[in-house]
Amino acid sequence: MLTGLTLTEARAGLAARKFSARELAQAHLDAIGRLNTALNAYITVLPEADVLASADAADARYAAGTAGIMDGLPIGVKDLFCTKGVRTTAASKMLADFVPPYESTVTANLLNAGAVFLGKTNLDEFAMGSANINSAFGPATNPWKRKGDEATALVPGGSSGGSSAAVAAGMALAATGTDTGGSIRQPAAYCGIVGLKPTYGRCSRWGTIAFASSLDQAGPMTRSVADAGLMLEAMAGFDAKDSTSSNRPVPAFHKAVGKSVKGLRVGIPAEYRAPGLPAEIVAMWEQGIAWLKAAGCEVVDVSLPHTRYGLTTYYIIAPAECSSNLARYDGIRFGLRKDAPSLDGVYEATRAAGFGQEVRNRILMGTYVLSAGYYDAYYLKAQKVRTLIKRDFENAFENVDVLLTPTAPSAAFAQGENMDDPVQMYLNDIFTVPASMAGVPALSVPVGLNDAGLPLGLQIIGKHFDEETVLSIGGALEAAAGFTHTPSIHAGAGA
Amino acid sequence: MSLDLATTRRIAKLARIGLEENELEATRQKLNGILGWIDQLAEVDVTGVPPMVGTETETLRQREDKVTDGNCRDALLACAPETSGPFYTVPKVVE
Repeated sequence: MLTGLTLTEARAGLAARKFSARELAQAHLDAIGRLNTALNAYITVLPEADVLASADAADARYAAGTAGIMDGLPIGVKDLFCTKGVRTTAASKMLADFVPPYESTVTANLLNAGAVFLGKTNLDEFAMGSANINSAFGPATNPWKRKGDEATALVPGGSSGGSSAAVAAGMALAATGTDTGGSIRQPAAYCGIVGLKPTYGRCSRWGTIAFASSLDQAGPMTRSVADAGLMLEAMAGFDAKDSTSSNRPVPAFHKAVGKSVKGLRVGIPAEYRAPGLPAEIVAMWEQGIAWLKAAGCEVVDVSLPHTRYGLTTYYIIAPAECSSNLARYDGIRFGLRKDAPSLDGVYEATRAAGFGQEVRNRILMGTYVLSAGYYDAYYLKAQKVRTLIKRDFENAFENVDVLLTPTAPSAAFAQGENMDDPVQMYLNDIFTVPASMAGVPALSVPVGLNDAGLPLGLQIIGKHFDEETVLSIGGALEAAAGFTHTPSIHAGAGA
Repeated sequence: MSLDLATTRRIAKLARIGLEENELEATRQKLNGILGWIDQLAEVDVTGVPPMVGTETETLRQREDKVTDGNCRDALLACAPETSGPFYTVPKVVE
């Protein structure tokens, strides 16, 4: 089943000429054709002729012995990465017809490594959301269903919900995501796949539509931990066009998977045992601890005292940066324009019509916390608390190599749930946001199913620029968990 | 802190988002709900703590002072919703 492979397996199959990149691409185009109406995972599917032409070029490189590390591998691209000549919407009416004249650094790196792009995946508008319900192109749907309840549509998580749904359903071997407060890890957990948010600075932000620039980081969403390492190798690297890009060398990340984790110290942060955490989440976490102990890790209790302020700090800093970044959508230079008699009128009409509710509210919140008289009380205060959150991690990492936590406080919920109260929706990111605030790498690995038959993920958080240890531990968890379940809606199901 | 209607109107004006009068109250309530929750930050003691700007994993670097980009006027103008010759267009701003 070509749509059920990992990147690593597909790469080996292509290298051994067991199948061609064209066959692999065609199988995925067929799967998208069958499933996208139900899942709405892609906003834009590339023309078949273009996809097959990229695949043919990959086949030629295999024949010539010049294939790159992602050569011929069909993947989805979150519709937040600018792709030259291919419409890039950020799931917003504002950019519904925007065709960038340039390629983002991350997608350019993937193309240079030989990847074949299938299309642009759905997301929450401008990456703001945790359920992919804030898309101007309609919600993406989780391919998983609750046991015995095929009728209820569940959210795939967000904001990279189209990417996670596509990878879980066999509509791409892998996909790119971006993570500002959990937007790679939480949807990966909800859809039973692997998601890696690298260290801030590892992947260039150039050409990725900005949400909150001190937090945004691109990363891979894949079916295995080794795949996440492989794809990160292709995505990462220094870029002079991003002032926060790191010029550290990019290690062979995939080789970290399978390395012994014996003697590594795994911290369990006490503050993540939040009151009211569902028993199934606690049980999965305990299981993860037991697996890592069995693999030879030493498990240590640690404290991250400012954890409970992570989310509140995030909801000051992210909207502040968002209000500043999204000021560029003025109706003049690109995107939507609504005419009005005055210049201010054009701005106001364009931005009212182009932005959805959640984006508007975040811009307004950001404008408020940055406005005269409130800046010190909110924004400056949040930046100081952010320092404390980062210090918590640095202190913990003096004694341990990684931290192990649940990725999310629940499994995927139904579309329509958690929608009335924004704070309730924000709480989905309670375990993912602190690592974003500190800029450290974090990985979500699917480890099991709950009683309703839905996937649950565990999160491994590492030191700055130590993705390798994170991947090693992730590999150990993956091996112990042996997660091979597939969702009800899948390219291989009933076909 | 809690938002009143006048402040909500002022923020919308600053953000250049044209909210209708009937949208203001619902927006005010939504933002107030979030602000009420955010106010728990007041209890954190940050005396002597420096603000964190970015994630401070890299130091900013200088680049060579030379032109590295440009000559792409037409490609950029092609993204604009409305142009006139080699220019963006805006409503008349000078009487």
